[in-house]
Amino acid sequence: MSILEVNHLSVSFKQYTAGLKQSHHKVISDLNVNLEAGEILAVVGASGSGKSLLAHAILGILPANASVSGVMTYEGEELTPARQKALRGKEIALVPQSVNYLDPLMKVGKQVRTSVQTGDAVQAQRRVFERFRLGREVERMYPFQLSGGMARRTLLSTAMVSGAKVIIADEPTPGLDPVVIKEALSHFREFANQGCAVMLITHDIESALQIADKIAVFYAGTTVEIAKAEDFAGQGEAIRHPYSKALWRALPQNDFVPITGSQPHPSALPPGCLFAPRCAMATPECLQAQPEMRPLRDGMVRCIHAT
Amino acid sequence: MQLKANDIGFRYENGPWLFRGVNLCIEPGEVVGIAGPSGRGKTTLCRILSSYETPLEGSVTFNDAPLPDKGYHPVQMVLQHPEKAVNSRWKMHSILNEGYHPDEELLEILGIEQEWLTRWPHELSGGELQRFCVARALGPNTRFLIADEMTTMLDAITQAQIWQAVMEIAQKREMGIIVVTHEAKLMQRLCDRVIEL
Repeated sequence: MSILEVNHLSVSFKQYTAGLKQSHHKVISDLNVNLEAGEILAVVGASGSGKSLLAHAILGILPANASVSGVMTYEGEELTPARQKALRGKEIALVPQSVNYLDPLMKVGKQVRTSVQTGDAVQAQRRVFERFRLGREVERMYPFQLSGGMARRTLLSTAMVSGAKVIIADEPTPGLDPVVIKEALSHFREFANQGCAVMLITHDIESALQIADKIAVFYAGTTVEIAKAEDFAGQGEAIRHPYSKALWRALPQNDFVPITGSQPHPSALPPGCLFAPRCAMATPECLQAQPEMRPLRDGMVRCIHAT
Repeated sequence: MQLKANDIGFRYENGPWLFRGVNLCIEPGEVVGIAGPSGRGKTTLCRILSSYETPLEGSVTFNDAPLPDKGYHPVQMVLQHPEKAVNSRWKMHSILNEGYHPDEELLEILGIEQEWLTRWPHELSGGELQRFCVARALGPNTRFLIADEMTTMLDAITQAQIWQAVMEIAQKREMGIIVVTHEAKLMQRLCDRVIEL
């Protein structure tokens, strides 16, 4: 059963360019993802492809100049702004990407305790700190006294003690050493095995593959492929979309060879397929219209040439 | 033209010693990795090597002399979070040209598009911003580049693009590189040798 469904989500930002002149930047377009109970969905893709914005849209914490369309449901009911407010931090928890999300004026132990909903908050905080190898002295420190990795483990702790049913983890692993990454990932796996759901937003495909059930690949604000984790193997023969293939090949453990160019800016999206300007397979039809997501070999792909 | 750390030690205020007796020697053209668990002082060591911090014990020498305290610094550092390393009230062309004027060729190798120069930092993605931070650090007098989790926040394609460019430039100029990363596979790809901290 899907705990969380996102259908045809679009997000655009209103900006003032000069004086009262406004421009709208569409940063997410026609995006679909489902989170199933007991499952970990990894969301991978280019930086700036809208991965964090998806997380913020689900929680209803986008800035005021954003407008959202499409339908999101949680446990079968529509996620309205009021419901988002009631659920966030309780049923749906976020591990934010930036370590700037910590309160700079509160000791970190106390920050973690504020998100405990039932039971002894101090005990819960100490247990989770121990798990993440944060010493007893850390709970009395302020965020500026922590290293990058320690701050990230504090953010992880906050979500872990919340007792939420859905965890959305936005890049929880960068800057952490392998031991702590393993600990965090196994925590996510246990969490999912208890019937909860995890959305793991990351560009660390290697770590994601160790624990994820499904992989969603984002490019320029939309999903280009949804695949089973097993498809990402070898030379990437089982991968469907040309962008996903390029991403796989660019990993240091694979070929470490990049494709040229960069992801289009939201103010200058190409007319047809968003990846066409960088795609070796592109034909004139690709420039006609943005392809729809279609089922292919037990997954989904947004490409007319994918086989 | 070696960069050398001689028995350096550091701690913050009266805290425990972060590290002591660290020795390091990097030759021009060499790519050296620094590995170690989080909180061990990798970033602090980088900051000491690039003179953002003074060691409490020992010394850092460049070409067998102390690091210069004025003029262009031969050791340049690129940080993990580019959005924290640029002035958010400056447009990109001012940020890029603050220390020196990078030529067209460098911008092209790094994939920096002309159109980005008139934007504000918040109008670029992390990967695009990081290219500027790299370009800014690669002045003609840079002898050693310290990449402290330089591509950690970037996707694999952008990571490969930036590293390909940096390695090409380093080879051409005989520039030394210090790589700090937690990604063992990236370390393996890039480094001639790795030091455990």
